Amino acid sequence: MTLAHARSTSPAPGSGVAAPSHRHGGGLAAGLVVLVGVLAVVAFVSVTLGTRDVGLATIWKAFTDFDPDNTSETVIRELRVPRTLVGLVAGMSLGLAGAILQGVTRNPLADPGIMGINTGASAFIVVSIMVLGVQGLGTYIWFGFLGAAVAIFVVYGVASFGREGATPVKLALAGAAVTAGFYSVTTGVVMTNVDALNELRFWQVGSIAGRYWPVFTQTAPFMAVGVAVALFSGRALNGLSLGDDMAVALGQRIRLTRSIMFVSVAVLAGAATAACGPIVFIGLVVPHVARALCGPDYRWVMVYTALLSPIILLSADIIGRVSAGDGELQVGVVLGVLGAPAFIALVRRRDLAEL
Amino acid sequence: MATPTLVQDTDVEHAVGTIQRGRVVRKGRVLGVTTALALLAFALFVATMMVGSFPVTPWEVIASTFRLGSDPSVDFVVRDLRLPVATTALAVGLAMGVSGLVFQKLLANPLASPDFVGISSGAGLAAVGSIILLNVSAMFVSVAALGGALVAALLIYLLAWRDGITGYRFILIGIGVSELMVALTGYLIARADIFEAREAMTWLVGSVGNAGPTQLRILLVALAVLLPLTLVLNRHLDVLELGDDAAKALGANVERMRLVLLAVAVVLVALATAAAGPLPFVALIAGPIAVRLIGANGSGLVAAAFVGALIVLVADLVAQHVVPVELPTGVVTGAIGAPYLIWLLATVNREGRGG
Repeated sequence: MTLAHARSTSPAPGSGVAAPSHRHGGGLAAGLVVLVGVLAVVAFVSVTLGTRDVGLATIWKAFTDFDPDNTSETVIRELRVPRTLVGLVAGMSLGLAGAILQGVTRNPLADPGIMGINTGASAFIVVSIMVLGVQGLGTYIWFGFLGAAVAIFVVYGVASFGREGATPVKLALAGAAVTAGFYSVTTGVVMTNVDALNELRFWQVGSIAGRYWPVFTQTAPFMAVGVAVALFSGRALNGLSLGDDMAVALGQRIRLTRSIMFVSVAVLAGAATAACGPIVFIGLVVPHVARALCGPDYRWVMVYTALLSPIILLSADIIGRVSAGDGELQVGVVLGVLGAPAFIALVRRRDLAEL
Repeated sequence: MATPTLVQDTDVEHAVGTIQRGRVVRKGRVLGVTTALALLAFALFVATMMVGSFPVTPWEVIASTFRLGSDPSVDFVVRDLRLPVATTALAVGLAMGVSGLVFQKLLANPLASPDFVGISSGAGLAAVGSIILLNVSAMFVSVAALGGALVAALLIYLLAWRDGITGYRFILIGIGVSELMVALTGYLIARADIFEAREAMTWLVGSVGNAGPTQLRILLVALAVLLPLTLVLNRHLDVLELGDDAAKALGANVERMRLVLLAVAVVLVALATAAAGPLPFVALIAGPIAVRLIGANGSGLVAAAFVGALIVLVADLVAQHVVPVELPTGVVTGAIGAPYLIWLLATVNREGRGG
């Protein structure tokens, strides 16, 4: 790839080259403040809204002067707050995992869901519980990491064959193939056990409903590490997005960088899947929205993605809660229905270039 | 006296002779491999009917199948119990094998397969919807699956249309549509009662035991019409494989030919899916294996059909008799997918073939 082409597709490369972000730094920082505000509002709505109508005074009391015998206060503290927090960290994780994948594979359609990484994590978790008798989120989350890593290895490996390397089409096809394989094995494993089948069907759609405190406390530390790595990887992703040759010329150790990036994707996607089940499209769509807002410099894209993703996931969850009359639409379903048109629009876009 | 730059008649004759001999050898290889595959498929077809709690000899199977003898107990076991399943496996495998190879040639990608580009998930959504919302008979579920697959294919074709169809857009939009269908299917399964959910999930894994006599009869009639038609159309497939520009230069109406071939492939896989559910990986792997066996010459469509039949027959044998608990066929074909992808990783990588 020539330098001219690299510049034309990625106008804001690493720190050495003048990036527009320096000029608009003030505006971009202000944008972050706005996003933090929006996230706070969405999180607040997520805590207040639900089938049980709880007044603001009660919510306030639940935090300041908690009465364990009051059902409404318990619902807030033990159900809605952890659900919102799980949605927050899982959204952040999936969005950042997508942004990293898009940068590392230079593929605008990369997403931990599309690429089968979430299904890999999900399949390993289900099999570990059903076949190996693993109990407890704290243990099976490790199978989630392993499954995510295996999926990344197979999908990226299969898609990288041939001269053109890992093109968007090959990555998406390999991801779909891995997903289909994992799906049938997972379903086959639980087929004989009605109770397990019953759990699997709620798990497989991806949801943050009924996630209590332990789900948050056991998965959040891993996601926090992954998020931290992701937020500091902006420079490395700027380098990789120039193409391997340029990245090497800029002094990057691309093999090492790419390995670290893939491990952090496995941690982010594995933990998010262990918490919520497989969820698609967040990682695909949000980085594109972030780029539209802040330009292509990954140092900003990562921060914007980190804030936008939980906003979108929690909003989808809220939509799911209010849109279905009886019961609710799982967040995975809402994101699937809303994300697919966005994906198709991206594919149809004439100037879909390499990242 | 001839200078070395001039070509003598004897040289030309020699060259033509070499090419002709090469052609004969290659044609011989195609014929030999295809015949061997056909014999192997027939042997397996007979073998699947031999094993079980009531063992039958191969001659008894053949005599009973072709109505050459009459032994009431053997006839009951073979004709009434085992023949429908074995025939379904054979027919579904033939249909999926051909359909997969046509897809891969049309979309110019060895990973492209009707399983993953939205057609199977369209069938799945319609089938699951009819099981859960309408509570209908197995026959109607098949009709719904057929309709779902055709509607999904049409939707993808229309969404992918922009001054014609490219493999790239068709595949990616198919995957997007597929994610949408999967999300909706997951929602239906999550809101159903457990027995309907179980029925739906069983259907989604796919099993050759699912097909009723009517579905099987329709599939056989369709095969009898569509397989010869595909072979006739194969000439156009070879032209299309040269690329759109070359095909147009050769006078082909590219879009119409592509539409006709896609339609035939879609109908084949839709009927197979309607009969047995979406058996994963059969359509994906039959084509590349057949092409690998017969080499670069010959179209490989007939060979792909027999490889498809072999895969499904072996999967049925394994699912029913080899593993300790009886499994749906789809679990076994899904499990075949993993080693196939790794094989692809190992061999194609080395050869550096583009995808």
